[in-house]
Formats: sequence, C-alpha cells, structure tokens
Amino acid sequence: MRATPTPWRSAAVLAAGLAALTACGSGGGASGAGAGTPRTGGTLTFAVGSDTGCADPQQVGSNDTIYSVRQVVDSLTDQDPATGKIVPWLAQSWTISGDARTFTFHLRPGVTFSDGSALTAEVVKANFDAIPKLGPLGILAEGYLSGYQGTDVVDDLTFKVRFKQPNAQFLQATATHSLGIEAAASVRKTPQQRCSEGIAGSGPFTLQKYVPSQSITLAARKGYAWGSSLWKKPGAAYLDRIVFKILPESGVRTGGLQSGQLDAIGSVGRADESALKASGVRLLARANPGVAFGLSPNNARPPLNDEKVRQAIALGIDRRQIAQTVFPSGTRPATSPLAHTTPGYADVGAPLSFDQARAKALLDSGGWTPGTDGIRRKDGKPLAFTVKWFANAATNKPALELVQQQLKAIGVRLDLKEQAIAQIAQVQTSGDFDALWGNVTRADPDILRGSYSSRLANTYKLPASGLDALLDGQAAEPDQGKRFDLVARAQRDIVRHAYTIPVVELQTELGVAKKVHGVLFDASSRIQLHDTWVG
Amino acid sequence: MRRYAALRLAQAAGVLWAAYTVSFLVLDLLPGDPVSAMAGQGADQAGIDPAQIARLKSQYGFDEPVPVQYAHHLGRALRGDLGDSVSAGRPVTSVIGEALPSTLQLVVAGLALAVLLGGGLALAATYTSRRWLRQLLLSLPPLGVSVPAFWAGLMLVEVFSFRARLLPAFGNGGPRGLILPAVTLAIPTGAVVAQVLAKSLLTTLDEPYVQTARAKGAGRPRIHLRHALRNASLPALTVVGVLVGQLMANSVVTETVFSRNGLGRVTAAAVTAQDIPLVQGVVVFGALVFVLVNLAVDLLCPLLDPRIAAAGGRRWSPA
Repeated sequence: MRATPTPWRSAAVLAAGLAALTACGSGGGASGAGAGTPRTGGTLTFAVGSDTGCADPQQVGSNDTIYSVRQVVDSLTDQDPATGKIVPWLAQSWTISGDARTFTFHLRPGVTFSDGSALTAEVVKANFDAIPKLGPLGILAEGYLSGYQGTDVVDDLTFKVRFKQPNAQFLQATATHSLGIEAAASVRKTPQQRCSEGIAGSGPFTLQKYVPSQSITLAARKGYAWGSSLWKKPGAAYLDRIVFKILPESGVRTGGLQSGQLDAIGSVGRADESALKASGVRLLARANPGVAFGLSPNNARPPLNDEKVRQAIALGIDRRQIAQTVFPSGTRPATSPLAHTTPGYADVGAPLSFDQARAKALLDSGGWTPGTDGIRRKDGKPLAFTVKWFANAATNKPALELVQQQLKAIGVRLDLKEQAIAQIAQVQTSGDFDALWGNVTRADPDILRGSYSSRLANTYKLPASGLDALLDGQAAEPDQGKRFDLVARAQRDIVRHAYTIPVVELQTELGVAKKVHGVLFDASSRIQLHDTWVG
Repeated sequence: MRRYAALRLAQAAGVLWAAYTVSFLVLDLLPGDPVSAMAGQGADQAGIDPAQIARLKSQYGFDEPVPVQYAHHLGRALRGDLGDSVSAGRPVTSVIGEALPSTLQLVVAGLALAVLLGGGLALAATYTSRRWLRQLLLSLPPLGVSVPAFWAGLMLVEVFSFRARLLPAFGNGGPRGLILPAVTLAIPTGAVVAQVLAKSLLTTLDEPYVQTARAKGAGRPRIHLRHALRNASLPALTVVGVLVGQLMANSVVTETVFSRNGLGRVTAAAVTAQDIPLVQGVVVFGALVFVLVNLAVDLLCPLLDPRIAAAGGRRWSPA
C-alpha cells in the first residue's frame, strides 16, 4: 500500500472532473466543469444555517461549520470522491504494516503553516497526541484515533503512528477535516481557545475573522503551493476571500441567493428547489457516504427481535416513493446499509426491494395473523413498535409518516415519537427504544463496525454472530481489494438478517449562483473551495 | 417612600431567587445532560465512548446529587459566577456580556419605535373627531398584536430587501441593518402601547376635571397633551415593564430571522444544545432585567401619582 505522487496527479484531475459530473444530481451543468476561463481574485459569499460556536476543524462535526474551517487546514491524505481511493496531500507516500496497526507516513518538504512555522513529523505527533484530550467536541477526531498508542518520529519528515488494535480505517481518517494538521502553537492552546480564536493551519485559506453565530471570514494564503493531488489548479486558490454568513432562516438564504446578496447557500430543501432553479441558480447534490438513512431497530426487544418481522418491514417499505415525494430531487432509495458514495459499497438487491406479498407471507409464516383492525397479532399482542426520531432534518417527519402508511398495508403499526436533538446520545446509550431513525456520515466502510459490531458499543443490540468476525476482519485488512470483499459480505449479512432497515440515501444539496464555478464535493460530500472561482 | 422602595427591592430579590430555582428544577427534570447532548452533536455518533462522557460529566459536576448541585450553583451565582457554558467553554457571564450590546441596541430601538408609533397612534386616534378615522386607527393595534413577529420579519425582508433592495436582509451591519429588525420588534409592542394608551386616554377625557378644563376654555391640544396624557400614561408606563419582557422574548425570533448576533440567538442555541448553565444564565439575566425595569417603573409611578406611595406599596392598577 504505497502511493507515489506523480502518476496520481493526472488521474486525480480526471477523477475530480468526473466527481463534479456525478455530484450534480439535480441541477444543470456541473459547477465544477467551469465555463469560460477561470478568474483569479474576488470574494465568495456563502450562507449556511448554523454555527457550532467553534472554529477549530478538529472539533467540529456539523457540515455548516466544516464547509468553512475545512479550507484552513490540509490533511495528510485526500480521498478521491469518485473512487474512494486515498491519495497524497501533505503526505507524499505511506505504508501500512501487515497487521494494520502501524502506519508510516512520509511528509512533503517545504510546507509551512500560516504562522510561519514549518510542517515536520514532530508537529504531526503533537497534533495526534493532543487529540484524545480535546473533550466533548473532539469526539469525531478522538474516535478516528481510538486505540492510539503513540507516534514515533523517525526523521524530520517521517513518522510512524501506532495503534493497540488493527485500525485499517485510520488511513481514510487522515483524509478528513477532523485530522487536519494544525501548527504547533495552535495545538498548545486549550480546546476552548482553539474554538473561539481559531487555529493556524497550512491550508489554502487562513481564518481572518470569526464572529460567533454571525460570520466566518477566510483570506487566501499567499504562497500556498502544496495542494491536494486531486485539485486542478496548482498553487494558491483563485478566490481572495470567502465570507461564510450564518443565516438560520432558510427563506432568507434562498431570497438572498435569488436577489444576488449571496453567491452560494447550503442546506437547500425540496420546497426551495423550483424557485431557485427558476432564478437560474445551480443545484449541486451528492449523497452523504456512510450509513444510509433508515430505521435502526433494537434487535433485542420485541417485536423487532423477531427476524421475520424485521425482514417483512424491510420488504414492506416503498423506498422509491419516499425518496421521490419527501426528499430533494435526485435522492436515491437505499440499496445497502451503506450509501453508494461510500468506498466498499455493494448493492444488496432483493432484500431491500418493495415486495408486499413476500412481506405478508413472511409475517403469516411467523404466526402474525391479521386482526379486525388490520394490525397483525400474535399471542394477543399487536405487531406495533415506536420509532424515536429527532428534528435534525425537515424531511424526517414526512418520511416517517409515509413509512407508517406503507407498513400499515402489511399489518404493522408504527408509532412516532419525536425527541429533542440534544438527546440523541442519551437515547442511544440508554438503549431505551424500539427503533431509531437516522444516518451516520463517514466515507469509510468501517462505520459498519462502529454501528453493528456486537463487540463495540452495540447500540442496536445485535446478537453475537459471524458478522463480528467479518467486521473485525475488514478493520485488520490492509489490502483494499480484500477489505472491500469482506465489507460487501458484511453488508449482505446485515441486510439478510435485517439488523438495520435502510430507506434512503441522505444527500447534501447546495445552491450556487450562475457566476460561481468549481465548487466541488469531497469524498465526505463536503466542499473544497481551492478550485472555486467567481466569473 | 423609603418603606415602599424597600418592599419593592425585597420583592425583586424574591423574584430573582424564584426564577433561578424554578429554572434549575425544570432543567434538571429534562432527560439527558449537556455533555451527552454535545457528544451527540457530531455527525458520527457511533464513536461515543461512555467512559469519556462520564469523565466529562464529573468535570462539569453533572454527576452529583441534585441538592448538592443546586446548593453549589446557587452559592456561586450569589457571588456573580453563573458557571461555564458547556457548548462555548467560557463563563456564562462573558457569553451573555458579549451578546448583550447587540440585543440592547435592538431592544432599545424597538422600544423607542414602539412608544413613538404606539403613542402617536393612540394620540391621533383619540384626538381626531372624525369617527371613521378613529375607528380605522383603533383597529390597527389588534392587527399588530396578532401578526406573528416571525411572519412580519420575513415579509419586511422580502419587500424591502429582496425586492426593493433598499436595506440589508441580514447581519449586524450598522444602523441600516437595525431598521428592519427594530420595526419587526416594534409592531407587536407598539400595538400594545397604542391599545392601552388609547383606552386610558378615552377614559381620562371623560373625567370631570377634563370637562372643567374645557369649560375654563383650554384648547384641545392643551387638554390632550397637558391634562389628559399625564394621567393616562400611568397604565401605559406600567405596561412597559411587561413589554420589556415581551421585547426580549421576541428578540429570539427577530434575531433568528435577521441573522443578528445577540441574546436571542444565544438563548435559542443554548436551548437546542441543552446547555444548562447557559440557559439558566439567560433565564436569571432575563429575570434580572425584568425585575429592574419593573422596579424602575414602580419607583417612577409615585412621581407621576403621589397617591401610590402613600397607599403603602399597593401597585397602582388601571381601572
């Protein structure tokens, strides 16, 4: 598993172009293709809906904030959104030990941070050593480094990262914003200081000003010359400045874009699509990689501890109808526990098709007979369960109401219970639920292990089975081909037993003014603005 | 007067304590805690380590028994320390302090506009002798009260910013950016001022002393502004104390619609994140403002009507 930089560059450029084409699920021409000659300079005004109160890439988890702080740091590697391949960025090459426990990276020379200090192996070590101490906001980065034993500095530009257990997902994790490398002086600050003051990175933009819940202003880094091997433009970014405005009201974001006060907006909803398109705005969309949106049953609690019931529910849901009526156009029905943009994704086929007759037959054979009210019963108990859901997306309620109707047709009663967003973690860890509605974004299939291994947190109470070995096996497999074989088998196994019931692939949708070009999605369906220019 | 003032002060302190205690109990009844809430905020929930959450909970003191937490927090609050915001990682007082100036600007501008528009409307409606005009003007306040601030704000943005492009739709940018939010805030508040003042002016204008003044040959403007307004303004002044609370509540919506910085945004974010220390800080701060404004009103009322203090602290109430 050794990557050399030069051949990657041309392949990467091609791939980035392809990604831009596939990324454009619902709009007109790809913004990435770039009509006309790119222009250097200018300001991009980008509106997002929320602010997490933190300007440190290692500590943010919400897309709205990642969009901006991502531009300030570089990562050791980058991930090709079209193929999922890990390619060079700050690291020119790397090797992974046979047991997937030791990762050796060779840094590119001549990289400096915006505070003038140089990127060395020592700085990377300081970053990784500090991450486990970040606190509640650093949970994403801390998870990527779970089992971290230490970093050994071999020479100025070479270091080895060691883990207690096999950790194949770590390579993809080095491509995320969460493990973006910060200057030593920033690492020494407290997590709170890093949040409120921002950090110095080596990225194509620097943080110029952060006003909490108001705006984040970025300025282009002069002399930037160490971009990801995926980017088209060598050297510094096209734009001089990017202003991220935090506008919580979606009507104001849409109106602002239509009236020309904004250049781009995040979180476009289905309701805004037609008005935006009519005013010439381009809509860019890409499915979030990771676990698709769906029902996650508590596999230990009746009635969903009955495999036949779970299988019947999976067959009783008309995913196409839900994707087409509730979600933004271009949303795909789920065809696996993983979204199709996840590396290692495999289409599992039949168990996730819509087949009411088979669903009913399964329930009949399981002893669930229709009652007078149309709801099936067994030993006097109705076939009913409650889904707890969180108001973190406007689509949740209508989607679940549709599922509710669809399941009624096969004799299953679904009750809905809304919970406060702040209680997600509490509900998950307590295990007090029949089923949850949600997704998890991650551009590495190891997310399956985090979600469905009975040996880890086991939020969904899966029984110990051969699945655990498959999931541990992929985590320990340094060869990508072999690893993805294991991942494909795990996906089929999960769906065969209906441990989870995937419904749709959540997609990220952006609205971009006609004059803006080169807004590209990265492998995690977040954005990269180095190649962006305003015509 | 001194006894009256002392009584008012004691009442104010009691209200503050009650606000603190009730908010503490209500927030404690909520399932979950701020640390778990923050942990769940990230996109990846699969990686949450229960041991780490437990460690952080004890760091913030959320694992102690409720009475201990209450005593501990109340003790600190009495010394002016409201604890640290979990989501911002900074003292609650500094989070509130930073958000305050912007909200203060908005609330003061909104209140001034409300008094000006509401008062003007009430005076015009009671002054005119044209029946149809009076009816028309008097029908405006109920309309203003019933229009949701949210909707009014969006309409103003749509018309004056997105279509006419006269004013900015978002941000704290200078006095021009203050106009639309202040108008949004002033509509429901001004409507209440107009309603109360108009009713009280109409009542006052029927009083015998006004008839006496009229009989002595005083002109309409003099009767209206000198004789009637002073007495009629008492109920309106009392209601202003309540309206400050309404303005603060509406600032949550207004600041969200206009993407302004301020206490309203801080409140909304704190509630969503279940940031208990910050929510409590905001509640106590809100109670403090409310109490101070009402105290000021209570102490002002006797100046307008000396009978109030003489009555031993019984609050003047509109008949």
